[in-house]
Parts: sequence; structure tokens; C-alpha cells
Amino acid sequence: MAIAARREGAQDGLLGGLRRIFGSQEMVLLLSIVALLVVVGAINPRYLAERNLQSMFLGNAYIAVAAIGMSMVIISGNIDISVGSLIGVLATLSGTLAVSGYPIIVCWLAPLVVGALVTGLMGFLVAYLRIPSIVVTLGMLSILKGGLISVTAGAWITDLPQGYALAQMRPLSIPMPVWFMVVLTAAAALWMRYSAFGRAIYAVGGNAEAARLSGISRRRTIMTVFVIHGVFVGIASVLFATQLSVIQSTVPPNLELTIITASVVGGVSILGGTGTVIGSTLAAILLAAIGSSLIFVNISPYWLRAVQGVLILATVLADLMRRRRQARS
Amino acid sequence: MATPSRAAPAGRVPYLIGHEIVLAAILLISLLVLSTQTDRFLTTGNLLNQGRLMAEVGLVALPMTFIIITAGIDLSVGSIMGLCAILLGYSWQNFGLPLELAIVLALVTGALAGAVNGWFITRIGVPPLIMTLATLALYRGLAEGISQARSVRGYPEWFFVLGQGEVLGVPTQLWIFLACAVVAAIVLGMSTFGRATYATGANIVAARFSGIPVDRTVLLIYTASGLIAGLAAIIFVSRVSTTRSDMGTGLELDVITAVVLGGTSIFGGRGTIIGTLLGLILMQALKNGLALAGVKGDGTIVVIGLILIATIIISNLVRRDTDG
Repeated sequence: MAIAARREGAQDGLLGGLRRIFGSQEMVLLLSIVALLVVVGAINPRYLAERNLQSMFLGNAYIAVAAIGMSMVIISGNIDISVGSLIGVLATLSGTLAVSGYPIIVCWLAPLVVGALVTGLMGFLVAYLRIPSIVVTLGMLSILKGGLISVTAGAWITDLPQGYALAQMRPLSIPMPVWFMVVLTAAAALWMRYSAFGRAIYAVGGNAEAARLSGISRRRTIMTVFVIHGVFVGIASVLFATQLSVIQSTVPPNLELTIITASVVGGVSILGGTGTVIGSTLAAILLAAIGSSLIFVNISPYWLRAVQGVLILATVLADLMRRRRQARS
Repeated sequence: MATPSRAAPAGRVPYLIGHEIVLAAILLISLLVLSTQTDRFLTTGNLLNQGRLMAEVGLVALPMTFIIITAGIDLSVGSIMGLCAILLGYSWQNFGLPLELAIVLALVTGALAGAVNGWFITRIGVPPLIMTLATLALYRGLAEGISQARSVRGYPEWFFVLGQGEVLGVPTQLWIFLACAVVAAIVLGMSTFGRATYATGANIVAARFSGIPVDRTVLLIYTASGLIAGLAAIIFVSRVSTTRSDMGTGLELDVITAVVLGGTSIFGGRGTIIGTLLGLILMQALKNGLALAGVKGDGTIVVIGLILIATIIISNLVRRDTDG
């Protein structure tokens, strides 16, 4: 992880800069997305039809938004495997408030507040009581999932009020989920790159001892990361809840895995300290594009999980090799 | 348990005793409370039936205890179960293999799947969390891809002995589980291999310098984890008489909860099979007791989550007291 810090610091001229850009995980992902669109589009032009592209982006933008918070958590050296259950709970909360006649704005903001409270509690247990995040979030997964299903029995929430469907709005004729995905990714990327707190997240995940010696509070940093993560999960939940005209009050299967996969394939190292949210958003798009491409090239969608697994493995192997090469030079 | 106390001088043994006493106390209290709620709880028939239901998670929890002691984790066990179950059903029904041979094939596949995890972790240096996360998706994807989500049923009668039969009035799989648990406890507590496991988790660098075959130990443990997951898959198929590709989904969470509840430290170097057994029994007793007391299935998951977090907090406090 010291390697990454050195790479960031080295300003080795234009050539080195170019090599850095083209060798970066973000560029690899971008090129993969373009290559996939071109190849699958050539095999079956219907893949590039506007309707398909739209459902691909819109249906998955919330995953990219949740992956932003997840990336921060992973960069700080932690993990949250309860995120899928939390999205299920917050989406149900939002929908329930909406049909109970609360003002729309409350239905949109409540998941953010509650999400931050729940992840704040997890952050407290991790940072101050020193319980490993995988244990805390494993316990929280059980509590949230079990709690949700025993309260709602998985019922459908219907008759959502007018004006609630945030994800179906199109300001400037660009769908709202795309706005959220792009703006939040850009804001988070800039903030993590240039603010003192953003750098502290990398420091805590990369080298906790060095971070401590430079006066960064590990506890406060991790606590804050979890709270911010909760806000992103809240936003993702509202996008998820409002993309259709009904909400099923259950936990979407494998959602946490998809979100963590987006972060990892985006170049966020589970060892902490490296990765960017631009990478995780691109990875979320790539995963969505792969998922939607299988049908168009006549591969059964049942192979999707296997493809995802291979993708995670390939990313991690590439990352390890890159680290090794840098360690040698 | 001389090894763990030597590896970290302050508070290791008091912690172990502390955690297991805390756990045993919680278990006793829950059993008492549950038996007052309904008189169907403390009956031989019910307890044996619970043992039957516990066997699959229990089996997988044994190698998981070893894995977590080495500071690793295996998230792919549920998916390995799905893959083995599908290969069992498909090689028997679609490729016409004798069922005996299909069982062997499923076990070999399980061991191989575990070995792949172990090989990448030890030889390439992929972190266990990320490696088994990748194979969690990969193995499940293979199970779904091979089966196209179609199920297999119609197994011969003799096959059901494993999952539905009894030997001397006790469910067959409970015997298998108990035998495996005894072997695991002896290997972990009394053998060189067990000491190597603790040493690897407590301080991997020191273990290497002491000439302990760290890589071979870890590789073997992950292979065993896959093999046992294959065995659990066969028992599962035999118990429910059918094979589906989603078998074992989420099982890894139950297994890890039981192991961590049992006092095995997720940081490695610490844990016992006895603790894992206590954790398993507590989980199963709560599920069953609460269900009998009228709490719906999903409410019990909430209680398990709460108990998991509470137990860790309490035992952390106990450890801090003995340290200070």
C-alpha cells in the first residue's frame, strides 16, 4: 500500500502520466465497456437499442451509487456485507411512508437519515468497540433481513402516490438515476482525492500506524466513513424503491455481492488503502452491461454468476501482478 | 491448549475460559427460558430432529473453525454445496453414472473446489475474503449454468438412509457429524497439525521462520473445507430428496456465525471445536425454541444476529478485564 502512495506522489513527466492513465483500472474498465458494447452490438444490434441501453443503466444505477459508499468502507480497511438487507429495509421504509401519506420529501430523506443511523451504529461497534466489521455487519445482516421479513412478510407495496417516483423523473431529459450516478461519483471522487478527510480514509486503510503518527484519528475516520456510506445506501434505496411502480418489501437476493463485486472489480483493494469510486462506478456499469449482453449472444443468463466470479478473480490477479511489478522496480 | 497461550502471553487462556463460560451460561439460560415457553422443546424426539437439521451447518463449521483460526475465511462453502449437489444429481441422472460413483464425484469436486481456493490463497497470495468471494459467485454460477436451474429428483430408496434414516435411534447424519467433530477436536487440540494451525493464525511470519509448513497447512484446510461441504451437500440432497442449484445459499453466514459465536477470533490464532459446538447448539436451540414458542422463522434470525453481536461485545469486555 505504500506502493500506491508512492505512485500517487511521483510526478514523472508526461510519458509517465500517460502510462499511468492507460494502465489504470479505470481506463481498463472503460475500454472493456466500449469493447463489450461494440462486439455484442456487432453480433446483435438489438443490444444497442435505446430501450435496452436505458433499462441497463437505469436498473443498475442504484448499484453504482451504493458501491460508492462501499468503496469508501473497503478503502478504510473494512467491509459491509449487510448492505443488501439495508437497502431492502430502507426501500420498504420509504414506500411505507409514501403510502401512509407523508410528504414526498420526507419519504425521500428518511432513508438517508435512517441509513446513516444504522451504519453509524455499525461504525461505532467497529471503531470504538473494536469488533471486526465482518462480524458486525454479519450480525446486522441477520437483524435487518429477519426483521424486515418478519414485519412485512414480503408484501408488495402498491398505490404509491403521484410524484413519488424519483427514479422515473427526467430533468433535462436525462433520467434521474443517471444524474445521481454521475454527480455523486464525480463529487465523491473529487472529495476523496483532494480533501484532507478523503486522504485520511486512504491513510487509515493503507497504513494505520502511519496514519496514527500523522495525527489522523482512526476511530473518527472509520466512524465517519460508515455514516457517509449509510447516506449513499439511503440514496441508492430511494432510487431502487422508485424505479418501478411497486416495491416488494424483501431483501433483493445477492445484492450485497453485486455491490461488493462492483467495488472490487473497480480496483478497490480489499487490503485497504487503494482504489477510486470512478472505478467502482465503471465496474457497476460493466457488470450491468455483461448481465444484459448474455441473452443477446445466446448464452443462458444462468451463467451470469460464473462470469462475475471469473471477473473478480481476473481483477484481483491483475492487481496482484501490478503490485508485484511495482514492488520490484 | 498450550500453543495458543504461548503465542500471545497476556490473557489468552483466561479469554478462552471467559468466552466459553459466557457462551455456556447464555446457552443454559436460553434452554431454561425456551423450555418454560413450550413443553414440546425438551423432548427426545425434538432434540434428535434438531440434531438432524444441525448436521449440515455443523459439518461445514468444523473446517471453518480451522480456517478462521488461520485468520482466513471461506465464503464459498454454500456455493460448493450447490455445485456438489448439482454434480451429484446430474452425473447420476443425465450422464447415467451409478449413484455410488456420483457420490464420489461430488466429494472429489468439493475437495477440488476447496483446493482451488487454497491454491490461489497460498501460492498467488489472494486474500481469502476476496478469493472465496470470487468463488462464491463462480461455483454458484457453475451450478446454475450446468443445471439451468432445473432440479433432479427420484433418487433410489437406499440413498435416503443418509439424510432421513436412523442408526440406533439417532439420525444417521448426527453420527457422521459427531464422528467428524471428534476427529476435528483431536486434530486441532492435540496434533502437530493443530498447533501449526494456531501458529499460522497467531503470527504467520513467526510460523514460517519456525519451519512450520504454513502453505501446506492452509492448502489442506481449505481442501478439507471443500470436501466437507461436498459431504454436507450429499446429506442435504438425501434429506430433502431433491437437488436444486440454489442449495446451500447463505449457509456460509450461518456457519461463520456459529464459529464466531463459539469464540473463534476472526483475527486468527484463537478458537476451539468445543466453542464451535456450543455456538452451533445455541443457534439451533434458539431457532427451534423460538419457532415452537410461536416466533416466525425470520424473527429468530434477528435474535441470532443480536446474540452474535452481544456475545462478541461481552467477551471483548471480559478479555479486557483479564488483560488489564
